[in-house]
Amino acid sequence: MSAAEPLVLGIETSCDETGIGIVRGRTLLSNTIASSMDEHARYGGVVPEVAARAHLEALQPTIEAALAEAQVQLGDIDAVAVTSGPGLAGALMVGVGAAKALAVALDKPLYAVNHLVGHIAADLLDADAEPLEYPTIALLVSGGHTSLLLVRDLTSDVELLGETVDDAAGEAFDKIARILGLPYPGGPEIDRAAASGSDGNGGTRPGDPNAIRFPRGLSRASDLAEHRYDFSFSGLKTAVARWIEQQDAAGQPVSTADVAASFREAVVDVLVTKALAACADYGVPRLLLGGGVIANRRLREVALERAAAAGVTVRIPPLSLCTDNGAMIAALASELIMAGRAPSTMAFGADSTLPITDIQVAGEAG
Amino acid sequence: MILGIDTSVGTAVAVVEADGVVLAEASSANPLGHAEVIGELLQTVLGTARADAPLGHAGAGTPGERLEITAVAAGMGPGPFTGLRVGIAAARTFALGRGIPVVPVVSHDAAALGILLDQALAGETDAERFAIVTDARRRELAYTVYDGMDDDGLPVRVTEPALTPRDEIDTVLAGLGAERRDTTAVSAAMVALVAARSLAAGREVGPRDALYLRSPDVTISAGPKKVGV
Ligand SMILES: [Zn+2]
Repeated sequence: MSAAEPLVLGIETSCDETGIGIVRGRTLLSNTIASSMDEHARYGGVVPEVAARAHLEALQPTIEAALAEAQVQLGDIDAVAVTSGPGLAGALMVGVGAAKALAVALDKPLYAVNHLVGHIAADLLDADAEPLEYPTIALLVSGGHTSLLLVRDLTSDVELLGETVDDAAGEAFDKIARILGLPYPGGPEIDRAAASGSDGNGGTRPGDPNAIRFPRGLSRASDLAEHRYDFSFSGLKTAVARWIEQQDAAGQPVSTADVAASFREAVVDVLVTKALAACADYGVPRLLLGGGVIANRRLREVALERAAAAGVTVRIPPLSLCTDNGAMIAALASELIMAGRAPSTMAFGADSTLPITDIQVAGEAG
Repeated sequence: MILGIDTSVGTAVAVVEADGVVLAEASSANPLGHAEVIGELLQTVLGTARADAPLGHAGAGTPGERLEITAVAAGMGPGPFTGLRVGIAAARTFALGRGIPVVPVVSHDAAALGILLDQALAGETDAERFAIVTDARRRELAYTVYDGMDDDGLPVRVTEPALTPRDEIDTVLAGLGAERRDTTAVSAAMVALVAARSLAAGREVGPRDALYLRSPDVTISAGPKKVGV
């Protein structure tokens, strides 16, 4: 295998995207994704069994499409990479079984890696960006996770500073969308609703983010002692539902645009505040954003604005690499190979709660 | 040479010659942990088969050389979904990696063939109609009724795989005139043999998709609640 620029095929099946990525060193050759999102829409959220079935059906065609796009043959691959966790156990197992058999069939090394660290590795594939500098604070926000990390080295030293204690931020968007009668997934729908309010005279005006002061979870002084970098969004969901009920009971009109904008502001505020607090506390003037919710424009706007004011540089990988994908998994494995790490031994499984410190699973120091 | 993979009960893999000679077999009876063990089991059987394969086979007896597998037989269930998928996924990517076909096999067919071959060896010619019965979780059982072997040496299915509540199985089978054969292991060698016989006969006897027999068990929301303007 070329340790200088290994050709790696990555398999990602931790949630509802079947992602196959192919990279050569840090060069992205293919990022192919089959999503079962539409199948989950009528349930209002990801249904694990539906996701796992979709992975099984999508795997082979997605691998073939990725190979065609990258213009490589399976025989050319230097290593296979797979997400071992965290994620939905049944979904992860499809990828793990597939990756092991593929590696055995090709007689190539296998690297089992951490999904969350993969989100950070996505940044390496940005050909136009300056190299990633360490240490950096990373905020990963998606439908499945909300995590704040201190990254001292991508392949050897990632520390979990905090995470959500209940819902992920993306889940909160989905739940509020449901309360507002909007379809799944909630993120883009909340954005649309927040942008298109009524001015009462037949015209439109954007929702007012300050119209309603929804609670910022785990932000009180008493919470900060123990949960300085943790997040909580379930209380926010309750607060929005109760506020709407009270308005209805009082016969007051409810502006969906104001509710959407105010809710989004509460989520964005707490995400950015805590991330920048971590930057300040650790003296790290760098913040990397990742995960599918980064596609939310308001989150990026507020993060960029407030980071600039705080003297913090923000990095955002290309949005196509922020949602779950196999390229980030391949990129992380590629980085491990280039750092001289031995492959994972075959005995690993799917670990739905894999800790962030396990960057590579069942690997031995090389 | 056919690689058989079945994870409908435990995890089982085998390498079988087209004529049915078993070159290597390895399995784990654990009804969980399919994803953990499948890689090592594959490595084990491929290694053993390579060492034991008769001379003349590509890769036979030559460490470092690849054993020439010509097809992958995949046990498609029925079986608990989470484990079942691991084997099917593995069969599909192994085949993709080697550029060879996947031959889907009803896992109950493999269990039935094992029983039929045992009966033939014992000289039982007028054996009873029987049902392969396996655990389907959620207080249900999966069953398929068989009646002998056809001219291609494949078990004859009288009913397609189906589910029934545990406490109704005996009534159901009595109605079908089938003897109950509780099955707690499916042999990957038999899965491979069913595939070998169906390939030889030019027949497709297994389903393309996993035999779930149950739709994704979910509570569908009553639809979004509409509020606001
Ligand atoms: Zn993710």
